Amino acid sequence: MNPLMQGIVTIFVGVGGCVAYFYLSNLVLDKVIFPAKGRHIGRNINRANKWRPWLFLFPAIFVLGLYLVYPVIGSLVRSMYNRSGDGFIGLGNYSTLLASPDFRTAFFNNLLWVVVVPAGSTFFGLLAAQLTDRLSWGNIAKSLIFMPMAISFVGASLIWKFVYAVDADIGLINALRAALFGSDPVDVLQIPFWNNFFLMMILIWIQTGFAMVILSAALRGIPEDTIEAAIIDGANPLEIFFQIKVPQIMPTLVVVWTTITVGTLKIFDIVYAMTGGNFGTDILPSYMMSFMFRDDGRATAVAFVIMLVVLPVMIWNIMQSRKEMR
Amino acid sequence: MDNIAGRKSALSIATHLSVLFLVLLWLIPTVGLLVSSFRERDQISASGWWQAPFSVELTFRGRASGTPVEEGTEWVVSGNIFDDAEVRASFGDGSGTVTGFGTRGVAPAEFPAGTVAQLSDGESLVVNGDGSFKFTAPADPGSRGQRVYFAAKTPPQFTLANYRQVLTADNMDRAFINTLTVTVPATIIPILIAAFAAYALAWMDFPGRGLLIAAVVGLLVVPLQLALVPMLNLHNRIGIGQSFMGIWFAHTAFGMPLAVYLLRNYMVGLPRDIIESAKVDGATDFQVFTKIVLPLSLPALAAFSIFQFLWTWNDLLVAKVFLPSNDEARVMTVKIADDLLGSRGGDWGILATAAFVSIAVPLVVFFTMQRFLVRGLLAGSVK
Repeated sequence: MNPLMQGIVTIFVGVGGCVAYFYLSNLVLDKVIFPAKGRHIGRNINRANKWRPWLFLFPAIFVLGLYLVYPVIGSLVRSMYNRSGDGFIGLGNYSTLLASPDFRTAFFNNLLWVVVVPAGSTFFGLLAAQLTDRLSWGNIAKSLIFMPMAISFVGASLIWKFVYAVDADIGLINALRAALFGSDPVDVLQIPFWNNFFLMMILIWIQTGFAMVILSAALRGIPEDTIEAAIIDGANPLEIFFQIKVPQIMPTLVVVWTTITVGTLKIFDIVYAMTGGNFGTDILPSYMMSFMFRDDGRATAVAFVIMLVVLPVMIWNIMQSRKEMR
Repeated sequence: MDNIAGRKSALSIATHLSVLFLVLLWLIPTVGLLVSSFRERDQISASGWWQAPFSVELTFRGRASGTPVEEGTEWVVSGNIFDDAEVRASFGDGSGTVTGFGTRGVAPAEFPAGTVAQLSDGESLVVNGDGSFKFTAPADPGSRGQRVYFAAKTPPQFTLANYRQVLTADNMDRAFINTLTVTVPATIIPILIAAFAAYALAWMDFPGRGLLIAAVVGLLVVPLQLALVPMLNLHNRIGIGQSFMGIWFAHTAFGMPLAVYLLRNYMVGLPRDIIESAKVDGATDFQVFTKIVLPLSLPALAAFSIFQFLWTWNDLLVAKVFLPSNDEARVMTVKIADDLLGSRGGDWGILATAAFVSIAVPLVVFFTMQRFLVRGLLAGSVK
């Protein structure tokens, strides 16, 4: 069947199936299992209401359990087996990884990404949020800075390939270098170590809009009187920003920072499209993809290392949300 | 307030300028791509996109052919280089301005236009700015004509040829439809599932609710790299394999934590009175959900659909793993990253156009639905 037709059928089957499931399961619960009539009417209604949340939750719990909880265990188990999956080798894959210089490069680069990208995005986002705050054309400016959010990482990589191109007739950076200093073109993606930062720039370019939108809302939420009081006390604009505003939006800053951190740990597209992990730019997700389809044992081991790196953020997130609920 | 009021004008000019600078910095790369995608492919490699409105110096080759005429001891061929069939193919009917010419491919603009070039064997050639040439030789050169290379200023040319090629010849149309096929079901199906779950987590009381919410928050950050190998193996075992069916399931599941989280956050904020009075009036949970909560949650539903749409449209990783890697099933991101970047790495016109085709739809969605997107972001992260 033509995939497009298949897609349309899937929409109908999927949506119809969901509606039918929720409607019929509620109907069965109320009319057949615990009918709201007869001798036990009160008890039946209470029982039905006790079961109903699980009817509502079941499909979500099912897909979450299957696609996100099971893989944590599944990956852990698989990472303890060898390439073909029939021999248990314990932590063998992990020790192979630790011994490999490529893995260490990827791990180190990834740490660099996790520090630089959230810092850069939050910094530019905060800057843009503060600067556009009272501007007449602030909304247009914001929407233009926000725009890269809509662009795929592959698209963004291509956009920046044009900026980084070696040919001074295509690459903006080399054209500027030639025009200003008359220097020879360089391939910025092949400069050892610093090429990582040129790749990070792409993600910062994408994520700044996200940080800006959230921080701008947080800045608006600051009570006016705290700022007025500071002005009366003679604080200059910089002092107001750093000593009055920033402390008040600290919780939001942390949320933005952690969200971008987690996002950064999942990105493989940029490295894949720009350098393919060459020239010492590999990060864990792209390093994992080089084993995907070839050595499931090692691929899952790398994936599990990513999981371990995310774990502190995850625990912190859960603790935060528990605190808010109380 | 003196210290602020006094500095206000200088400060505000500085603000305007720095915002302008930021915006330009953020916009220029995308503009470059857009401009490049409309340029002639020869012009792209000859001058930067920022010079697109100006004429470009390109090199061409042709033959200084014509009927030789004997003048005294010499044979003379004269004519206009722009009349040459080979040159006309690249210029069309418009004429350019010759800036330099030569007879060797390695030095196509060796001599400035209008100067007489002494060639070997006593031959000489002059090509003028308007393209007229005069070739002299001591013996009859025949009618084949002398090979001439020249550099000429060509007017800026904007064309849709790149788009035509990308959309018809490069299978990009197929990839576009595939992307659409992946995206639409993967956006619509999770919404309903998530909405019911979010309602239960927001407005129903049952043991373990807090734990489930914490689990959803935790699952928000589980790297989906973990799911790739086990789920692909499972798909293969149950017979789905690498297929559209598989990727729909995968996207539905990967979008679920965010969907449940966003929708629950929004639904919790709905006024308690409405829901409780409906319940007092005898509405069941199912009715409260479909008749009250769902319509009131439309902004959050819209916000999530936009997220999910952008995410599935722009995704590369899930498509690479869960879809077969042949041209029939490739989505645009995979097509660009694996096919175009690899085999046509130097064809900047095609790359720019393909990239722009792939980001056009998200950009339209983004600019028309921005309001919902912002609201959704805020619902998710600002308390």
